[in-house]
Amino acid sequence: MSTTMADLEATPSTSTVRVVDQHIVEIVSDSGEGAQTCGQMFADLVARNGNGIWTVEIIPAEIEPPSRSRAGASGNRIRLGSNPVTNAGDHADIVVALNEQVLYSRIDAGALRSGTIVFVDRTWAEHPDDEIRRRYQEAIEDFRRRAYTVIEAPIEAQCRQHTDDPRKGKNMWALGLLCAIYDLDAATVRESISRRFSRKGDAAIEKNLALFADGYDWTLANVQQRFRVPAHKHAQPMVVMNGNQALALGIMAAGIEVCSMYPITPATSASHFLANALQEAGGFVHQAEDEIAAIGFAIGCSYAGKTAVTITSGPGLALKTEFLGYAVMAEVPLVVIVVQRGGPSTGLPTKIEQGDLLAALYASPGDSPKIIIAPATIEECFHFVVTARRLAEDFRGPVMILSDANLATGQQPFPKPQLQNSWLAPPVEQAAWDQSVPPFAWDPETGLSRRPIPGQRGGEYVLTGLAHDEASHVAYESAINQKSMEMRSRKLAVLKSALHPPQVHGSAEGDLLVVGWGSTLGCIEEAVDQLRAEGHRVSSLHLRFLSPLEPGLKKIFERFRKVLTVEVNYSDPVDAAFITPESRRYSQLSQLLRSQTLIDIDCWSQVPGSPIPPSRIVAELRRRLELLRQES
Amino acid sequence: MSGLRQEWEAEAPPRNCTLQDYQGVPARWCPGCGDHAVLNAVQQVARDKQLPPEKTVVVSGIGCSSRFPHYIKTYGFHGLHGRAFPVACGVRSRRPDLHMFVVTGDGDCCAIGTAHWIHTIRYNMDLTILLLDNNIYGLTKNQTSPTTRTGERSNTHPRGNVLPPLNPLSVTLGVTNASFVAQTIDWNPPHLYSTIRAAYEHKGTSFVRILQRCPHFTSHVFTAVQHDMSQVLLLTHDDGIPLEPSMQRLFPNRAAHDPHQLAAARAVAERDDVYPVGLLYRDERAARYDLQTSQGLGKSQAEKMAATEKWLSRYEI
Ligand SMILES: Cc1ncc(C[n+]2csc(CCOP(=O)(O)OP(=O)(O)O)c2C)c(N)n1
Ligand code: SF4
Repeated sequence: MSTTMADLEATPSTSTVRVVDQHIVEIVSDSGEGAQTCGQMFADLVARNGNGIWTVEIIPAEIEPPSRSRAGASGNRIRLGSNPVTNAGDHADIVVALNEQVLYSRIDAGALRSGTIVFVDRTWAEHPDDEIRRRYQEAIEDFRRRAYTVIEAPIEAQCRQHTDDPRKGKNMWALGLLCAIYDLDAATVRESISRRFSRKGDAAIEKNLALFADGYDWTLANVQQRFRVPAHKHAQPMVVMNGNQALALGIMAAGIEVCSMYPITPATSASHFLANALQEAGGFVHQAEDEIAAIGFAIGCSYAGKTAVTITSGPGLALKTEFLGYAVMAEVPLVVIVVQRGGPSTGLPTKIEQGDLLAALYASPGDSPKIIIAPATIEECFHFVVTARRLAEDFRGPVMILSDANLATGQQPFPKPQLQNSWLAPPVEQAAWDQSVPPFAWDPETGLSRRPIPGQRGGEYVLTGLAHDEASHVAYESAINQKSMEMRSRKLAVLKSALHPPQVHGSAEGDLLVVGWGSTLGCIEEAVDQLRAEGHRVSSLHLRFLSPLEPGLKKIFERFRKVLTVEVNYSDPVDAAFITPESRRYSQLSQLLRSQTLIDIDCWSQVPGSPIPPSRIVAELRRRLELLRQES
Repeated sequence: MSGLRQEWEAEAPPRNCTLQDYQGVPARWCPGCGDHAVLNAVQQVARDKQLPPEKTVVVSGIGCSSRFPHYIKTYGFHGLHGRAFPVACGVRSRRPDLHMFVVTGDGDCCAIGTAHWIHTIRYNMDLTILLLDNNIYGLTKNQTSPTTRTGERSNTHPRGNVLPPLNPLSVTLGVTNASFVAQTIDWNPPHLYSTIRAAYEHKGTSFVRILQRCPHFTSHVFTAVQHDMSQVLLLTHDDGIPLEPSMQRLFPNRAAHDPHQLAAARAVAERDDVYPVGLLYRDERAARYDLQTSQGLGKSQAEKMAATEKWLSRYEI
């Protein structure tokens, strides 16, 4: 895909459109210049065109970073493909940067490769400030040295012909540039712009259309690198959204009426969505005074008959743990969503990590068995909430959904869910309760029981977090404690018995099996597919149920010479000082799988704060396969 | 109530609940503990107001006092230390049909639960909060509480508490949107009953601090007050806590106090020479969060699906 300088010098008239099956585009600017809007609109257009996409938000760490700063880059990465795209991929093929400094932030993030085509606004070359001109020139030279294909585009100069405030117009110009490069139908784009700006009036529509057209025409006349990513029209209606929007819509589709939360990145945007939407479905978002109150409030709702959801991220999970234990002990149905970020402590607030698995499992004191599921795609973010509410009610306890920052902000198209009446929570039961049935009439085999709900005559009982008997009376007797613990734990075994063994991606046997969970699905499978195409005997397996674990794992693992988890959480590297096979701390899923299967499962995990791109996984798997080859 | 199964919305046939109908498991507080008196008073209010036990919910935290729900036969929620308030707010948010009491202790409310206390007062949902204040941690055996008086000894401050006590009335009256603040004593059953009844009848969060005798650990604190009623000031007003004249005479100190005056209420609350008892403050017009949170309860399944479909369609491509 590398484009040579010779190509650049060719005259535009000779340009041809290259057909590629996937491409990665980034647009970055200072925050406030609208790169995000441009990226979103471009992604939306491409998705409508029938392409697969995955988008990632590029967010500055501060709310209003200084302009032209490396830390201030704001924008989007869009990976588009002929087929469904499952992850953000590796290096960008094209980057549009509204200044050279924000481009550096992408270079620092390892987003570029030699040959990446970079468009930089050349307005800085004529800036009155000597220092700015100097820095721009140096950067351009540096970019060339780094073997990027640099195209200095007169973005601001062109925009000035249409607007007095080019800071607010460059993004539409850039949209024109991208649409010309990818040969998108300009008429559709114009419609989309008109829709987007319809509320701002005709003048705004005209201005933005003009900016778009200028970018489009300039590109056709001046740029000869053009690409087409063939698309297939979707056979069914599709939606495109990010994981937090999918969670929020899943909450609505599940008929959950109350979302109780305290703001925390990266979970909050789901509540922003719900603050508006849930009200229309008859519910509301409760912004509590802290995360403890948020889960307490949700538990109160659930106890009174309306299973509620509380949504948070790492530090909030830490605060919720006492109530989580209560929900387990008192068997209160509850949906707890954790959108993981980097930890420990306040950690990396906006970055991805899969570091809360063990906290979710074990953070409560005592034995507190609970259901934990992890969506691996944005579509699953939607459907898992529906599943979670049902599981919470059927199994009478908390169900945790572990999402992460990668799913939360990534966008992906998926078939539009056909809403079902059966997904909704049934109305609260208020029929008289058979007084002979205690509030914890545990079925001796399954541990399952039905709960009376306030309002049900004859069912009056006191819920308690203290050890209790079937009548929910406080009971400290050894035999009762032993039995009630057993009953609460049994429910997980019952659920496990109803699950299917997971599907192996690739062949059911081989040299190496990669096991993952959560948002790494796309990256892992892409890496595995690449290696399989080269003839390697590698497969992968992705877990959705983490508690209870899906059945049949041991059998599946035994068909491979080596099992390796790939995770975005911390594990000790094997070759570091003081690290021995005995002292090494493993990544979280591998710890769990090792203890469950007694198989010597290894792990490869990293905490870069970003998804591990397929190429890095490929490199590591290659190394592991080579070691296996040498062993045999 | 909407949001419940239709067939159960019909009025229940008339019935007569007696005190017997509110008897939970036998109370296990120490003999002479003021908590017994509060339990009796709440049961009487329930009987007199004919609260259906199944429609009544008592929420508590952890402490001697928080064992309360077990001893009254209604629905109950014996929760976590300090966290009764958010649970009660959650229950109330979607159940305007229930009758709700929250029972908490001075450690539960004024130490570990302080954040929730402040915010629950501000939410002003329809809840009757009973703070059973014995000036000590009872359940965990004699540790200083935020309301322990200066100089009092406890297991955590064997040489005496060095800090002045926190005043639950002034704190509550300092919170924006407070709507009902009263104080009573466990050893005068008519006043205790009248106060809890008035609190129950108030629409919004009523906060009642009850000076509660703990003969086990702090007998010298309120038992002493019981024997020297000059330490108590009875607040009287037509809009205050109704009390028979014969009962009023048991209070040597009485003062008229208009419960609609916030500044006057704060001034009375601040008095450190006497314990004012009666209604300090009431504001029926304070904003109520539960009126917001219970909106939309009547939405049908079809309406909910239509709303979801509308938002889902925005993402269609
Ligand atoms: C998180 C937590 N911390 C501490 C405790 C231990 N604890 C139980 S009750 C209590 C204090 C009770 O005092 P108070 O609220 O005044 O109620 P009382 O027993 O006096 O009625 C404490 C500290 C607990 N249960 N949970
Ligand atoms: S220790 Fe005090 S508060 Fe607790 S039950 Fe005994 S008398 Fe009542």
